[in-house]
Amino acid sequence: MKLRVERDVLADSVAWAARTLPSRPSLPVLAGLVLSASDDGLTLSSFDYEVSGRVEIDADVATEGVALVSGRLLADIARSLPPAPVTIESEGTRISITCGRSSFTLPTLPVEDYPQLPVMPTASGEVSGPAFAAAVAQVAIAAGRDDTLPTLTGIRMEIEGAGIVLAATDRYRLAVREFAWSPQSPAISAHALVPARTLADTAKSLADVDDVVIALSSGGAGEGLIGFEGHGRRTTTRLLDGEFPKYRSLLPTESAAIATVETAMLMDAVKRVALVAERNTPVRLAFEGSELTLRAGAGDDAQAVEAIECGLEGDAIDIAFNPAYLLDGLAATGSESTRFSFTQATRPAVLTAVDKEQQSIDDYKYLLMPVRLTG
Amino acid sequence: MSRSQVRRPTGRIGFGADDAGCTILHVDMDAFYASVSLRTRPELQGSPVIVGGGGNRSVVLSATYEARALGIHSAMPMSRARRLAPQAAVVEPDHRMYAEVSRNVMALFGSITPIVEPLSLDEAFLDVSGALRRLGSPTAIAELIRARVQDEQQITCSVGVASTKFVAKLASTRAKPDGLLVVPADRVIDFLHPLPVGSLWGVGERTEEQLTRLGLRTVGDIAHTPLATLQRALGQAVGTHLHDLSWGRDRRAVSPHEPDKSVGNEQTFEHDIDDPEVIHAHLLALADQVAGRLRSAGYVGRTVSLKVRFADFSTITRSRTLRSPTDVGKDIYDTVRGLYDALGLQRVRIRLVGVRVEGLAAAQDAPRQLLLGEEDSGRREAEVAVDALRARFGSDAVRPARLVPPERPGGRPR
Repeated sequence: MKLRVERDVLADSVAWAARTLPSRPSLPVLAGLVLSASDDGLTLSSFDYEVSGRVEIDADVATEGVALVSGRLLADIARSLPPAPVTIESEGTRISITCGRSSFTLPTLPVEDYPQLPVMPTASGEVSGPAFAAAVAQVAIAAGRDDTLPTLTGIRMEIEGAGIVLAATDRYRLAVREFAWSPQSPAISAHALVPARTLADTAKSLADVDDVVIALSSGGAGEGLIGFEGHGRRTTTRLLDGEFPKYRSLLPTESAAIATVETAMLMDAVKRVALVAERNTPVRLAFEGSELTLRAGAGDDAQAVEAIECGLEGDAIDIAFNPAYLLDGLAATGSESTRFSFTQATRPAVLTAVDKEQQSIDDYKYLLMPVRLTG
Repeated sequence: MSRSQVRRPTGRIGFGADDAGCTILHVDMDAFYASVSLRTRPELQGSPVIVGGGGNRSVVLSATYEARALGIHSAMPMSRARRLAPQAAVVEPDHRMYAEVSRNVMALFGSITPIVEPLSLDEAFLDVSGALRRLGSPTAIAELIRARVQDEQQITCSVGVASTKFVAKLASTRAKPDGLLVVPADRVIDFLHPLPVGSLWGVGERTEEQLTRLGLRTVGDIAHTPLATLQRALGQAVGTHLHDLSWGRDRRAVSPHEPDKSVGNEQTFEHDIDDPEVIHAHLLALADQVAGRLRSAGYVGRTVSLKVRFADFSTITRSRTLRSPTDVGKDIYDTVRGLYDALGLQRVRIRLVGVRVEGLAAAQDAPRQLLLGEEDSGRREAEVAVDALRARFGSDAVRPARLVPPERPGGRPR
């Protein structure tokens, strides 16, 4: 193998392909990146049996060939190379990387032991990269991190014609986001449970791609996988098994009170008041008239109070939340004002964004379960 | 029952009667379980008696001094005890009676001074500095306690009187049985230094071994070893601790409100078990018991731990901290079961399992993060209702269906 490649192109692609490398690989070869040079250019690929990544880049290939090298090391080297074209050449069981006056020699791993990458399922449709990344980020915050409840560590993806719904919950909150995409077939109907962390990483890594292809198998090749492709980058992820909770019935259909609060002001107030909230103690929000009073701390412990303005329609309500979950939701709505709709102090509140005309934007809902105060 | 009671010294040493400043009393019932059991079996008085369960895997809970003279000590397997003392009578433990006597004794202590720190059912520290004007000198108070315990509960106790907790505890051990020993403040060093290192608080078998390797056999040897040497050999904390104790320094106060740090139950099996289903059932029963104890004490806890002892006595513990504190048996069971399953044991023979909840806080001021889709009256309310039924109809009145023994004969035992 002998080839020449642009330094920045190499660094970006290696970083992208290496991002999913396992830090503690179950097999030593899985810590490697496969470099494969052909007339079409250079392909870098990685796989850990859960997630696969494959990126194709332009390169002047003098001699075709395949090599497996430590991905972490290659990423570190590629990131640090001086701005000059890079030459990669295999020499027996080693490869050399030369860039300007720097030169590295890396041992190779046995490429014949490397597992076959899974076949990418056939494309189902396309979505805008930035919109997809934003939607996934809004939902991923609510996904569980507890591996004893694996189903909740996933994001439920429901495709129905030209619409996709993403949902995630850790049982304390539920985030649901709807967005449009361009399916290959308008009659498509499919669903999948994708590991939340991987999906968030993938969506973020494709955020600068105009059109991201989503490939979800419906039987046949690539069963149990979802694939994403854009800009010469392809990644597949194994889907989670298990039944995602029937979340639609959790969304309240009515409300007893609706409050609108300026998002940034409320976030600052929550952060200040939460300073005295010890681990696992809530922040209390009392909405009354045009005022929202935040309180934290109780009894002999440190206490804090802050009042801010709010718009309230309906009954006054006194409700308590875990401050971290509340802040997650406020940050995720991502609009100047946030609308809260309540039924009772022991029932979930729904946070939504509000547009310029003070209309609630319903494509994103963050359902937050309160904390019950006792004593 | 502490190890040191087993090696009871043969005689008592007089240290004088100057009890000025010796306001800390350590009161320890003599052979508590055995003595209480003998109250209803007076014909066994003065003979070797072993208290312990009938099963072949149970251990000696207590033994009379006559039985101890034959080499019986608590925590010894019953099978071994029976071989050592075939003539000894074996009495089944009666925990209800022990608890009642313990309550009465603790109530008596409470009438002497409010500063009582119970260490177990049958021993406690008392700080009597506030009772001197009312009841007389520490020695007089100690005699009063001994007389009242014997009179009211028909069991004897021994009392150590000293200026620090650990010396008081050593003194009561030296006074056993049915004795009283005052260690005057200015004789503490004389009292401590000839004692074997094993009598110091915090010296277990391992530390004792290490000390012996260093040629340190008595407390005096430790006292005259440079602190730096001790710290090098035993670690910073242990070295400092032992050096302090060897010079009679113990700053710990008698703290009456030592809050429970954890609540846990364990189960040693009659026969080693390798069936995960059976282990799950035992974990369920233990989780249920622990949750009941938490609720009756008014605690919730955040950290749930699992203890597993294998047939070869090797022991492991695993714990998980929950998002929010709990006193619900189902939460505790789900967690320990998850911890157990995560061990990935392939039919390994298990001798004991234990379930413990740590990180306790008072339930009344613990806010509770509600779950989406949770019923208003959930599992906790059901378990509280079960508590009430058990209080009224006994602990077997209601239990998880999995723990109900099968009705047909020859079915799988639970």
